[in-house]
Amino acid sequence: MIILWTDALIFLLVALVTASVFFIGNNDNFKRPLAKLINNKTGMVSLVILLFFVVIGVLDSIHFKPTEGQSTEIISLLDKLAGPLREHNEKTYSAPFSAYLFSQEYVTSASGSQVWAYPRLQYGGAHLVNPETETAKDILFRFLKGFAQGAIISFVLILLLWVLHKLRPKPAFNHPILTTLAWLVAGLICLGTSIIELSNYYHVLGTDKVGEDVLYQTLKSIRTGLVIGTLTTLIMLPLAITFGILAGYFRGWVDDVIQYLYTTLNSIPSVLLIAASILMVQVYMANHEEAFTSLEIRADMRLLFLCLILGVTSWTGLCRLLRAETLKLREMEYVQAAQSLGVRRAAILRQHILPNVMHIVLISIVLDFSSLVLAEAVLSYINIGVDPTTYSWGNMINSARLEMAREPVVWWSLTAAFIFMFILVLVANLFADAVRDAFDPRRAENA
Amino acid sequence: MQSGMHLIQGGLKMLKPLLSVENLKVDFQTQQQSTRVVDGISFTINAGETFALVGESGSGKSISALSVLRLLPGSARLDADDISFQQQSLLTCTEADLCRIRGRRIAIIFQDPMASLNPVKTIGAQIAEVINIHYQFTRQQVQERVLELMQQVEIPDPERRYHEYPHQLSGGQQQRVMIASALAGQPDLLIADEPTTALDVTIQAQILQLLKKIQKQTNMALWLISHDLALVSNIADRVAVMQRGKIVETGAGKALFSNPQHQYTQQLLAALPSMQSCIGNPIKDHDPLLSVDDFKVYYPIRKGLFRRVVDHVKAVDGVSLKVQKGKTLALVGESGCGKTTLGKGLMNLLPNAGGKVTLAGVDIGTLTGEALRLKRSEMQIIFQDPFASMNPRMLVGQIIDEGIRSLHPDISEQQRRQKVALLLEQVDLDADYADRYPHEFSGGQRQRICIARALAVEPKLIVCDEPTSALDVSVQAKIIELLKTLQREKNLSYLFITHDLAVVAEIADDVAVMYQGKIIEQGNVEQVFNQPAHPYTRNLLDAIPVLQVS
Repeated sequence: MIILWTDALIFLLVALVTASVFFIGNNDNFKRPLAKLINNKTGMVSLVILLFFVVIGVLDSIHFKPTEGQSTEIISLLDKLAGPLREHNEKTYSAPFSAYLFSQEYVTSASGSQVWAYPRLQYGGAHLVNPETETAKDILFRFLKGFAQGAIISFVLILLLWVLHKLRPKPAFNHPILTTLAWLVAGLICLGTSIIELSNYYHVLGTDKVGEDVLYQTLKSIRTGLVIGTLTTLIMLPLAITFGILAGYFRGWVDDVIQYLYTTLNSIPSVLLIAASILMVQVYMANHEEAFTSLEIRADMRLLFLCLILGVTSWTGLCRLLRAETLKLREMEYVQAAQSLGVRRAAILRQHILPNVMHIVLISIVLDFSSLVLAEAVLSYINIGVDPTTYSWGNMINSARLEMAREPVVWWSLTAAFIFMFILVLVANLFADAVRDAFDPRRAENA
Repeated sequence: MQSGMHLIQGGLKMLKPLLSVENLKVDFQTQQQSTRVVDGISFTINAGETFALVGESGSGKSISALSVLRLLPGSARLDADDISFQQQSLLTCTEADLCRIRGRRIAIIFQDPMASLNPVKTIGAQIAEVINIHYQFTRQQVQERVLELMQQVEIPDPERRYHEYPHQLSGGQQQRVMIASALAGQPDLLIADEPTTALDVTIQAQILQLLKKIQKQTNMALWLISHDLALVSNIADRVAVMQRGKIVETGAGKALFSNPQHQYTQQLLAALPSMQSCIGNPIKDHDPLLSVDDFKVYYPIRKGLFRRVVDHVKAVDGVSLKVQKGKTLALVGESGCGKTTLGKGLMNLLPNAGGKVTLAGVDIGTLTGEALRLKRSEMQIIFQDPFASMNPRMLVGQIIDEGIRSLHPDISEQQRRQKVALLLEQVDLDADYADRYPHEFSGGQRQRICIARALAVEPKLIVCDEPTSALDVSVQAKIIELLKTLQREKNLSYLFITHDLAVVAEIADDVAVMYQGKIIEQGNVEQVFNQPAHPYTRNLLDAIPVLQVS
């Protein structure tokens, strides 16, 4: 097993989140907000879908060298699981579920003559004798087959849960939200197995220019999206929160220094900074070739630095918002009451200011999350984003530029990237809303 | 028979009510439940009379007024047997018809003039806007009419004011502008929803006189909505008392107050603080607990490129006062006179304060850092707004023991919980309220929690910054009673900041009158109230509405 830099950070992040969930779960002060969060249907549904994304991302972060073969390439657990998706490469573009290539070529017909026609795909629909008549029926059959498999798995899981409930009854099992979530998980499993079944025989989302399966690309992009979204936020948050609150609360020279810092940073075009740092990393990697032996390690290093530099350039917006809110809060009477009670400044910041700006932090994290994924696409366009070999929605959208100009249009790459990004950002938004509502005691009562 | 009826109706025409409301009900619907805010009220308003609807906050007064104009928010459901204005039903008429009635025949003015005026439009333009809606005037005519209205509401120098913006006017002038735009359509009924609550007592008297005068000139009816019984008794012909959505008593103004029938009205009247209740204990001049000498709070005005200090706003300008142990000094004055700034300055909460402040023999003005932090517990503050003075994200228990935690970190959690329970009992609240959030409590209860928070660190002096002015009169009486009890039990001293002279009479031993950052008169309450030396104090005392009974 090989642990890349971003892998390590992802594992650390997962460990941190798990630990804090346990801490919050065992802390009496958080009982009420948690109960409220669990009762929020939209929030829990979003959480489950979000977890599906996270699981795919984590699977894709467990890297190792395959034992067979001599190649130095590093693959992930997801690559292993998605075997046929990864290996079923065609020649070039093909539409979703199509059995033919997207562009015409000279094909040798049965009679031996050369014909200008759409050739059959190597893998997609290869088992069909007569694709024109059989495709629809075959798709339906395989879909139902996959669905039935999923249903069986779900049934077994629910049965296990039920047995567990009978053996060790807990009140949590009677929670009404559990039914909804069970249905949701069952639905997701059925959908998953259907797609797995179908993708053994077809390219469910088509193939791209070099004939790679688009579904595979999209699944691989999830990790990149999550890394850019979370690591960047992780770098940005401490900077934004500390500086914003300090500037707002202490005013005076502290405020001057921090404002000077972020105005300066803001006045430098961030693209310039990003380009400079990415180029620096490339030069460094070129000079130390022995440390970066494989393509994956290089790509990973570049991704990490992209997160770093995006984080360093993007904290100013949130910082300014927090400074303004803190300026307002410091004049609140409860802060003054705390001052007159002799509460230390650090405690005032921790107990009175920070909890009351968290709603802004939460909202802007989620909004930034989507803009970061998009920023990555923009940066890929001028070749300073993630490595071109890294699968990312940004790279997919970037290549879609040319595909959209074709006639007929190659729409599936863009659509796939769009749908996955849309779902991820939407569930992240909804979940953040639920968290915000649950932790705001004023909202907690009336719902 | 038919013609006979007509004759009778003709004869009774003068007595036909201008507005009649029959069995009005308003429900507010949330996701699961509906709350009845107005519960079957009926009343009439005759042409030219002043009708007052009084009651405490949340009793449904304003909602009744809004439902007559059908201006209720979307979550409200209105249901009534009849609402008719000049024999026209307001329930069945169309929105277009209503637009011709609103502003033209029924006008309304609200409590907060600053919030009702558009800050980016001039006064003249805002009044002209109303005129343009109702009349087809030329530009010249509109301007003349605006100036005429501004004269009618006695805004001095209307030609200049015409081009000014709301922020350039004082609160009283702003309310006059609101009245002017309400009068623009020459309405038959003017609804005044707490028109003077946001204003100082001297301004309040002027605005009420103005409303009375205009009413006489134009013979319009005035529907006054207020929580202030004394004010209502001065102005209203008929009064209806409202409690929890129901009208519990109706009667002619003075008669109702001299002989209240319903228990609730009696309670309200009993809770009114009275000027006659001066404690007036002569104070022996021993060592004061707090003595303030030449206290100043100056805010620098900076101008120019290098932000040089060109002048100062003298919010508090050389104040000296003394608070005796176990006694109450009331600091009275109108809004903007610097009394709150003085209170916060004494608490060491403001950066620009200067002067000598001695608390129990220690000069706290010179303390800084850790020494100041530890000394702070001896002096606590209670704020005006019980909704802004507690962190909404902390439990009541955490709020109360915050001071104990910061000053005595060695005390165990068990002991702190006991202490919190004890404090809650002292302010007449249940001990298990500690595990709830502040937003679950009413204004009065929150103010009690704030008092408990201040008491937690065992202060010698509490600065009470208008602690009762956001509360209803019956709640106010109870809070004052609580403060007095605590003073007796713990030998506390209060610096009681207020604009309400009647409250001063209830609680204070000494009084200091503040005007434009300076103290112009101070002394024993009885002496100051009975023989005010300064003309401003006399003005202030004269402007207080006194309950009128027949």
